[in-house]
Amino acid sequence: MLNRESNVFPGILGRTCDRPCEPACRRGRIDGKPVAICRLKRVAADHRGEIAARLPKIPAKKNGKRIACIGAGPASLTVANDLMPLGYQVTIFEKNDKPGGLMRTNIPSFRLPASVLDEECQTILDFGVDIRYNSPVTSMRALLQEGYDAIFVGSGAPRGKELDLPGRRETDRIHIGIDWLESIAFGHTDSIGEKVLIIGVGNTAMDCCRSSRRLGAKDIKVMARRPRPYFKASPWELEDAEEEGVEIVINHSPKRFVVENGKLTGMEFERLEWDAKAKNSKVLDTVFVPADDVILAIGQENAFPWFERDLGAQFDKWDAPVVDEKTYMSTREGIFFGGDAAWGPKNIIWAVEHGHQAAISIDNYCHRIPVTDRPAYGMNLISQKMGLSEWSYHNDYNPAPRQKMTHVDLAERFKKLNIEVELGFSPEQTAKEVQRCLNCDVQTVFTAEKCIECDACVDICPLLCLTITRDGSEEDLRGRLSAPALNLTQELYVSAPLPQTKRLMIKDEDLCVHCGLCAERCPTAAWDMQKFELITPYAGRTACCAQA
Amino acid sequence: MPSIAKPTAIHPSLHRNELGLTIRDYEGSMSTLCAGCGHDSITAAIIRACWEISLAPHMLAKMSGIGCSSKTPTYFVSGAHGFNSAHGRMAAIATGASAANRELTYIGVSGDGDSLSIGLGHLCHAIRRNLKMLYIIENNGVYGLTKGQFSASADVGSKSKKGEPNRMAPIDPVALALSLGATFVARSFSGDKDQLVPILKAALSHRGFALVDVISPCVTFNDHAGSTKSYLYTRNNMLKATETDFVPPASEILATIGRNGAVSVTMHDGSVVRFKGVPPDYDPTDRKKVLDYLSEHHGKGEVVTGLLYIDESVPDMHELNNTPAQALTKIPFEKLCPGSAALDTLQEEFR
Repeated sequence: MLNRESNVFPGILGRTCDRPCEPACRRGRIDGKPVAICRLKRVAADHRGEIAARLPKIPAKKNGKRIACIGAGPASLTVANDLMPLGYQVTIFEKNDKPGGLMRTNIPSFRLPASVLDEECQTILDFGVDIRYNSPVTSMRALLQEGYDAIFVGSGAPRGKELDLPGRRETDRIHIGIDWLESIAFGHTDSIGEKVLIIGVGNTAMDCCRSSRRLGAKDIKVMARRPRPYFKASPWELEDAEEEGVEIVINHSPKRFVVENGKLTGMEFERLEWDAKAKNSKVLDTVFVPADDVILAIGQENAFPWFERDLGAQFDKWDAPVVDEKTYMSTREGIFFGGDAAWGPKNIIWAVEHGHQAAISIDNYCHRIPVTDRPAYGMNLISQKMGLSEWSYHNDYNPAPRQKMTHVDLAERFKKLNIEVELGFSPEQTAKEVQRCLNCDVQTVFTAEKCIECDACVDICPLLCLTITRDGSEEDLRGRLSAPALNLTQELYVSAPLPQTKRLMIKDEDLCVHCGLCAERCPTAAWDMQKFELITPYAGRTACCAQA
Repeated sequence: MPSIAKPTAIHPSLHRNELGLTIRDYEGSMSTLCAGCGHDSITAAIIRACWEISLAPHMLAKMSGIGCSSKTPTYFVSGAHGFNSAHGRMAAIATGASAANRELTYIGVSGDGDSLSIGLGHLCHAIRRNLKMLYIIENNGVYGLTKGQFSASADVGSKSKKGEPNRMAPIDPVALALSLGATFVARSFSGDKDQLVPILKAALSHRGFALVDVISPCVTFNDHAGSTKSYLYTRNNMLKATETDFVPPASEILATIGRNGAVSVTMHDGSVVRFKGVPPDYDPTDRKKVLDYLSEHHGKGEVVTGLLYIDESVPDMHELNNTPAQALTKIPFEKLCPGSAALDTLQEEFR
């Protein structure tokens, strides 16, 4: 349940997340690879026990407020997830006949099995959501007239960007990536030519090339304008595609589609040479690359042809809605945005966060509380000391390298479109991977008055984080610590003057592994290991009782 | 005893010494002493000194006797040789070890009990022989391992944890060593590594016996008000008679001259000990002046620290006895043990 609390879709995100958390993981500073947080969430989700009894209870007596959500994607489902337990009646309008939005249409089933997607969506729908399939909203004006107390727009960014080059309209073998993926998801497309070019090198491009492979393409090239360090796709998705035999071609800029006698034969590209930071390029020559099909995966945008512009909600010069970044409310009261519909394509986990925040706003709005009144975060800080050299957290450092995900055999995985490639961690891998965590939640807390300056903590620290020295400017201090503090984004912790010599205890948190040895070797308990817990507020639940 | 071994993760910007080793390569096993023990700080200073002078771990022999202090060789340079001898016998064992293998560097770690009571005789004779070794006395004024009885270095009037004052006069190892003709005598404080590390490095370069008395507070039995060996008392009463820099052989001397003039002493191995701040009435090469200075400041209740006396001119035990230049293990067995016929011939000479 903890896994579900803020994440809402741990099984889905445990497979498909863009993992903004992993670059922030401090383990990466120690041995270069962060903890596989994403994969561990999948493990926890896949091996959970029965959770039905632990899900929020849905009150039989409703609070009389009706909320409409447009699109049954992750943002709308999160809104429903947060508001249903509070007694709201939530109606979701969905243009397709299944829930999930982009999670279903744009993520191929070899990455995300339909069973996982169905189950996690259904959990929320089973709260009693009034889901209306095959019901695209065609007019916001009409929807407003139905008298909902608030409307949440979670309709995603469903329009793939075009590439209007000569030849674009002369053939039907050029596809828009996200539309093409959707037609596969719903079974409308089941084949493709032998030679396929993918234009663009984001994660959609990776899904397109790997899907092409499964539909029978033999020679697949992903064509990128810029060199590899500037690719948008996540490194692991690039690796997975290359493992499947997809070729990634850099420094090729599309020039024109070559269509002969109504038949697409390939594309012309300009070969580019970039300067050092890949800002400016010059054209080397023009090359022809043959192709039977071309898939455009160069981005997508939100679009609101059904949203009348005279309803009081402003749209900016790019025709995107004006949405408050904290409250998620549009300039018309009572209409909220979230997910890709708000500011264009981001990712699933951001859509979930937008949903949580919009739910808080909607709850406020329906209770006539200003939407700008955001509930505060809460925190706990509790000593982990259990006895002499004994802690209630696992303080030992595990030198294990990041565990490698095992994949289904190449031959096996192409037999069917929906064979999940990643097998998930084994119990042994999971045990090792969780122990790579450096327990950043367990803080080293220092009480200057207790310190006798015996140096025990400074001597024992394996990563030379601690120094007792005289005061100075930050620049000066950073240079004369036990080890130079080079990570300027990590602030130094500086104590009050110490009782005996008035020097200062300074901690450079940068590489601390939270082993607790400073606290174990401290004779006066000036150091203590205390667990920090950030308590996130949700709609109808303030931070202080979030854990109740 | 810590719950875990020290994590193996190392800081990416750790420097390597001439042997390509990081300071972490000079560590030993986890200390089992009380948390906050001064001895652990001295251990850390030894680790730093050995790393900074690029001492090859397998060329070091760690010697000790019995007591809290004598446990500490386990906690540094695990790649070194070691011998944990009977109580007070460390100096004798070290003498024998050095006689057999003069090529190793010897670090002896002892305490005020081990050295000034049961082992006092052995210490005196090691000084007389000018045995080439670093002899550290981790001096806390109490028998920590047997729950805090006063030791022979406890000052008159210093109070026990229960408030009982000590009445017997202390043995000052520094004054004792000077009076016995020691050739390298220093005192420092476990809580001042800036002072202690250069002293240890200089001691390891000394031609003969280097005695370093280190005030090392016992956090458990002797760190209370009324103790004269506590962290606070030592900090409040410490007088730095000298400040020293250690300059390894063949490096440029850049140290600036201190406000009270400077004295440089070239060590036997070519390194230089540079005294930065020396008071006008002080001369670290004049034994009499040093003894006078010590007794004057001791009378004021001050703890005089620094590299106090040095004499590089006195030959060490091997030079005095004209022993072979290499370790005995390197001498062919036939030569080392020429057989009973050779023994008979030798004995004939004395008839």
